Amino acid sequence: MPNLNINGRNMSVDAAGDTPLLWVIREQLQMTGTKFGCGAGLCGACTVHVNGEAVRSCQTALSEVSGKKITTIEGLSAKGDHPLQKAWIVEQVPQCGYCQSGQIMQAASLLSKNSNPTKEEVVAHMDGNLCRCMTYSRIQKAVMRAASEMRTAAASSDRRNT
Amino acid sequence: MNTHVKITSSEPADLSRRSFLVGTAATGLVLGYAAIPGIDQALAAPGSFDPSVWYSIAPDGLVTVTCGKADMGQHIASTMAQIVAEELGSNWKDMRVQLASNDPKFNDPVLGAQITGGSWSTMMNFDAMSRAGAAGRLALIEAAAGMMGVPASELTVRDSVITHAKSKRSLSFADVVKSGKATKTFTPDELKAIKLKTPDQYTMIGVSVPQIDIPSKTNGTAKYGIDTFLPGMVYGKIVMPPVRYGATVKSVDDSAAKKVPGFIKAVTLDDKTGTTTGWVVAVANTYANARKAAGALKVTWDNGPNAKVSSESLLTEAKRLQGLDDSGLFFVKNGDTGAALGSAAKVVEAEYTTSINIHAPLEPMNATAQQQGDIWHLYSGNQFATRTGGVAAGALGIDPKYVMMHQLWLGGGFGRRLDADMMVPAVLAAKAVGKPVKVIYSREDDMTMDFSRPLTFQKIKAGLDNDGKLVALNHDVVSAWPTKRWGIPDFLSPSVDKKGALDAFTVNGADFFYSVPNHNVRAILNEMAQQATPSGQLRSVAPGWTFWAVESMIDELAHAAGKDPAQFRIAMLDGAGDNAGGAQRLRNTLLAAMGLAGYGTRTLPKGEGMGVACVSSQERATASWTACVAHVAVADSGEVKVKKLTVATDVGTQVHPDNIRAQVEGAALWGLSLAMYEKATLKDGGIEQTNFDTYTPLRMSQVPEVAISVIANGEKATGVGEPAVTVIAPALANAIFNAVGARVRSLPITAEAVKGAMKA
Repeated sequence: MPNLNINGRNMSVDAAGDTPLLWVIREQLQMTGTKFGCGAGLCGACTVHVNGEAVRSCQTALSEVSGKKITTIEGLSAKGDHPLQKAWIVEQVPQCGYCQSGQIMQAASLLSKNSNPTKEEVVAHMDGNLCRCMTYSRIQKAVMRAASEMRTAAASSDRRNT
Repeated sequence: MNTHVKITSSEPADLSRRSFLVGTAATGLVLGYAAIPGIDQALAAPGSFDPSVWYSIAPDGLVTVTCGKADMGQHIASTMAQIVAEELGSNWKDMRVQLASNDPKFNDPVLGAQITGGSWSTMMNFDAMSRAGAAGRLALIEAAAGMMGVPASELTVRDSVITHAKSKRSLSFADVVKSGKATKTFTPDELKAIKLKTPDQYTMIGVSVPQIDIPSKTNGTAKYGIDTFLPGMVYGKIVMPPVRYGATVKSVDDSAAKKVPGFIKAVTLDDKTGTTTGWVVAVANTYANARKAAGALKVTWDNGPNAKVSSESLLTEAKRLQGLDDSGLFFVKNGDTGAALGSAAKVVEAEYTTSINIHAPLEPMNATAQQQGDIWHLYSGNQFATRTGGVAAGALGIDPKYVMMHQLWLGGGFGRRLDADMMVPAVLAAKAVGKPVKVIYSREDDMTMDFSRPLTFQKIKAGLDNDGKLVALNHDVVSAWPTKRWGIPDFLSPSVDKKGALDAFTVNGADFFYSVPNHNVRAILNEMAQQATPSGQLRSVAPGWTFWAVESMIDELAHAAGKDPAQFRIAMLDGAGDNAGGAQRLRNTLLAAMGLAGYGTRTLPKGEGMGVACVSSQERATASWTACVAHVAVADSGEVKVKKLTVATDVGTQVHPDNIRAQVEGAALWGLSLAMYEKATLKDGGIEQTNFDTYTPLRMSQVPEVAISVIANGEKATGVGEPAVTVIAPALANAIFNAVGARVRSLPITAEAVKGAMKA
């Protein structure tokens, strides 16, 4: 019975090792924020983090993630207040909202490494995530807003620490 | 020109015989239309009433609006709450929304059914929601006046608080609801007589309040149909036949599937409604196992009568039908086009086509079905509960009153979820295995079994007089008829000569606002396409193809007349006769877009051009006035780079300015995606594209600069979710012609087609 570390908690699940992580998360753990969109790694709706990297959970077998740290949208922040989530609300990004968990998780993996991305870097990083409602320009704005907020927060915490 | 459809059902939605009720129960104040069976008893029974009319106010002061519209990202539930809150006088922080079941009491007050589409929702519910809100305010004021012992006329309402300024006393909505003293009933006449606010008094309408549903869509808590879980539920994965429609199952060999752990049963659908053909559902304990089992099933089919049909044969058949004098039915028949074309100084004719297009909402089709006693519960996000519940009942062979639909957020609709197909495998599999079943389409199932936008073929023949004035226009539109497929006669419109019923949802838009003295529009059904590619309503429906042809042809005519295409349009938008009002609004919108884009104000670099288009989508009676100036750069290779789309739209009244911008931008980018990136093809009766590698909607890197201007001139609120889809393709094609002299007449526009037209 494979063990999983999801959102900081150790869980054991009853599923074959070749089961896509997506369905383990959605069905067995009933964490439904991670979405099924294409089953082929083409849309990004199922994006989660494995050891901090954005991966398509529909293309990731359960056996590949044993012992690794998995983060889903439910675990991105304690209260839904990650700078990206706040920026998504300020910019009123979602329409139908179905792709947005994946968009936010994809964006979070960019900002964790690069808190000052150019517009081109954002587009290149986000281009694998489809939004059928076409909220792309708001997604871009929200990523930039979140990046800015993270830089401001980092700067003020630097000041406090010095 | 179709007037608004009304569905006749066993329970006619005759609101004139209903009275508006305001009363209190232990759980709060409930407001809506009375004459709902059982509501009196429900109100009398403390704590037991179903809060199932337009809204209720709980003792804690929270106002929950029940939205009978499908919310697929247009934030319509939030919009309904906003309209109620304006008249009720509630604080936005106190507003909540919930989604209605398919109970007829939630039917649209104008349409008499539960259907969401046509960009109709705001315009058709604005009055009812306003009056519901106002009635609630009056009831609360009356109760508060009694409680305070002051005249009602001295009370004011703001932010969920009723204030008596003279005595500096106030009561919250919660205080009044808790008192149980709000008991006013409104007759239909009294409701009608309520004086609503005038636009200058609005404090909520026109304000971009935070959408109520958005936080739940940033933290994973919003529940869509696919997120349904029921105790004891199992899963279904469909094995689809190789043809879109018409297959029958010859044999099912489940010997390999039986080796898949958790496999329960292969269910061959005997679909009495004819919605599906040749589908087999593999049922298993998990979806992952159902997918494995589906892969292991060996199904053989008779591929049926459409097994040889292709996009090419559909187009050939369309051309044949168009060439016949007696094809189709007249949607418009003004003047004598034959005589006018005969005497015209110049005749221009051209053929325009659009390909099959797939909705592909990001949430694949799904439904969960559960039988409890006599009642079948269906969980799914759906745009047409009234018909969809009926289809589910038809598949089960039961009365529709035994079907209870539970609405959830829609992970994209775009017209796809007007259809009911997903209910059929869910209910029949659940019946076969005796357990609740959740059926989820794979992306491949979703694409190959879409109720797609049909392939269309249009021919326009037009005549100019010696002054270059358009005097005659014959327009033939050949397509599958998506709305006819629904089998609801009221959705069809009589032809202008009363010779038959036509599907106006294939020709809307062709009845444009230009003054053309001789004008015919024929709607021609492509029966081959109707059989082989059951079609559906895709965001903007007919205007998505009619304006492609009309607005391209108008451009061709302007060039033939030696006139500027924008000025040529403006001259014809003179508002003569029936076009009065609409034509002028469309003209003004076009002028606005021209001004914002700097149309004609500067010389563009070689290979660049600007094109205009203006549209009265959706229907003539429900138009929003939308214009676009497209700015493109065309390379020698024919590659088109869209530099900027400038869109202006006249929506009358803005309920939520920020949401209008979001919808118009989304619609414009849909228009761009359909114009340049999305193409499906039929081969051997089956859709060839199966996933997002071959069917390729717009991605972030393909988004151009989009400038949107919204004109709110105080007229009634119009729809905004669709019209901007329809204006983009012709504006782009016209810009390409302006840039390099290449005329493209087929969607999607490809570099090869542009290059080919450059050489010609």
